Amino acid sequence: MRLEFCGLGKQFGEQQALRDVTLTIPEFQSLAIIGPSGGGKTTLLRIIAGLEIQEKGYLCINGQRLEVDEEALLAHRRTIGTVFQAYNLFPHLTALENVVLPLVKVHGFSEREARDTAGALFARFQLAGHAHRRPAELSGGQQQRVAIVRAIAIKPRFLLFDEPTSALDPEMTAEVLDFIAELRGEGRDLIIVTHNMGFAREVSDHCLFIAAGEVQEAGQSSDLFRKPHNPLLVNFLAKVLRY
Amino acid sequence: MKRLVTHTDGQPVAVAARVVSWLLVALLTAALFSFAFSQLQYGWNWDAIWQYRQKFLQGWLMTVIISAAALVVSLVIGLLTALARRSSFLPLRYLAVLYVETIRGTPLLVQILILFYVVANAIGIENRYVVGVITLSLFAGAYLAEMIRSGIESIRDSQLESARAIGLTRSQTYRYVIFPQVVRQLIPPLTGQFASIIKDSSLLSIIAVSEFTLNAQEVNAFTYSTLESYLPLAVGYLLLTLPVSLMSRALERKFHYAT
Ligand SMILES: Nc1ncnc2c1ncn2[C@@H]1O[C@H](COP(=O)(O)OP(=O)(O)O)[C@@H](O)[C@H]1O
Ligand SMILES: [Mg+2]
Repeated sequence: MRLEFCGLGKQFGEQQALRDVTLTIPEFQSLAIIGPSGGGKTTLLRIIAGLEIQEKGYLCINGQRLEVDEEALLAHRRTIGTVFQAYNLFPHLTALENVVLPLVKVHGFSEREARDTAGALFARFQLAGHAHRRPAELSGGQQQRVAIVRAIAIKPRFLLFDEPTSALDPEMTAEVLDFIAELRGEGRDLIIVTHNMGFAREVSDHCLFIAAGEVQEAGQSSDLFRKPHNPLLVNFLAKVLRY
Repeated sequence: MKRLVTHTDGQPVAVAARVVSWLLVALLTAALFSFAFSQLQYGWNWDAIWQYRQKFLQGWLMTVIISAAALVVSLVIGLLTALARRSSFLPLRYLAVLYVETIRGTPLLVQILILFYVVANAIGIENRYVVGVITLSLFAGAYLAEMIRSGIESIRDSQLESARAIGLTRSQTYRYVIFPQVVRQLIPPLTGQFASIIKDSSLLSIIAVSEFTLNAQEVNAFTYSTLESYLPLAVGYLLLTLPVSLMSRALERKFHYAT
């Protein structure tokens, strides 16, 4: 896929979350967004997800400009799969029902088709045993995997992840990252905000480094991690890779 | 005696311990009341009361009907008010605030009097039963509105975000995400509210609604048998409120799940 940002700006009160982000990212399959906390990663991802509206500028996805009226954004959100840090699932529904809900209510599946589709995905990703549990009965890693299944069940144009493992312990982190790597291996387009540099480096073909509301550096992941130019990025990598 | 002490909450208590404890409580209560009544030197006259059993029954049924009607209407009012309270249209939101605060800040008795003698008169509602149900509903509706609102607001923002992300519309979000959870949360306080409505309906006797309390008062006036008139009254209300509160606990257990 391709992305193009043109003068994107977003402000929360006094806080300038994104300032004048202008950038064209050529064809990529998997994009990693890295950077320090508060830098604006989530804000950028949420704008791409159609969950937040920028104040200035516009963005194009695959050459098509994203309109920002609520109707267009709703239609847009329905075509992509978004997974947040945690609490993606609805606590009153079982894992399976969580996946079935958008299929039936948003994508016009019959109840049966939806259950079959969801059931097949659960089986494929070793979640079959958990289908009838409520989120509170699942581990954090299982919850995130169910959330990812819900995102891919609708056959999205691409997937968005916002630090999907930041609330997990190392073992569960590995289980979720493996899952995402597998999806990438299937050729799915995805954009992931992550603090896990090893993963970003391994799985992404393109990378953005965002700090202070600006894209400080962008490029092929192989280059960017090997030869960072921007002093902020050099500093950042030195810090996060120290341990 | 030692067996009657329970240390850990939530652990099942032995049946024998429960039975013995309840027997003790019943015995104590009975002793207390027999003592109180024996001190009264009261000449019981149940025969006179028995002749009026029909009147008790009618009053009791009227209380059931009024309470049930008020529960339904107050639910509708409470729901609409809770939504109005969250409306983005400010006048509507403030109207809801004004209503809730006014009702919660004044006694039910005063509301009954004002609604009956002022408002109902002015808009020409003659039927005191209708006025009674409306008043009770407005009263309970204000409390329900706050329960429903806090239920809605207890749903984490992350869930609303998830709902948006998977492409649910606003009304779908209410229908499939918010309300199912609010309803589960609401069942225990709602049954409590129903018990309150049943008890509060006794105040309608002040505007001569022939419900349970008024009928008992009338029987008392005919027979001069005060205790015999009012004891069945207490029992009659308990017959309604006890099952409601037992049901509340059962439902609470049934719908309990961790979030
Ligand atoms: N909903 C919001 N309300 C107020 N400030 C916000 C909000 N979202 C983000 N911000 C601010 O915008 C800046 C960028 O935030 P964010 O995009 O979440 O950064 P990151 O994901 O890189 O940590 C931060 O200073 C943050 O405090
Ligand atoms: Mg973030």
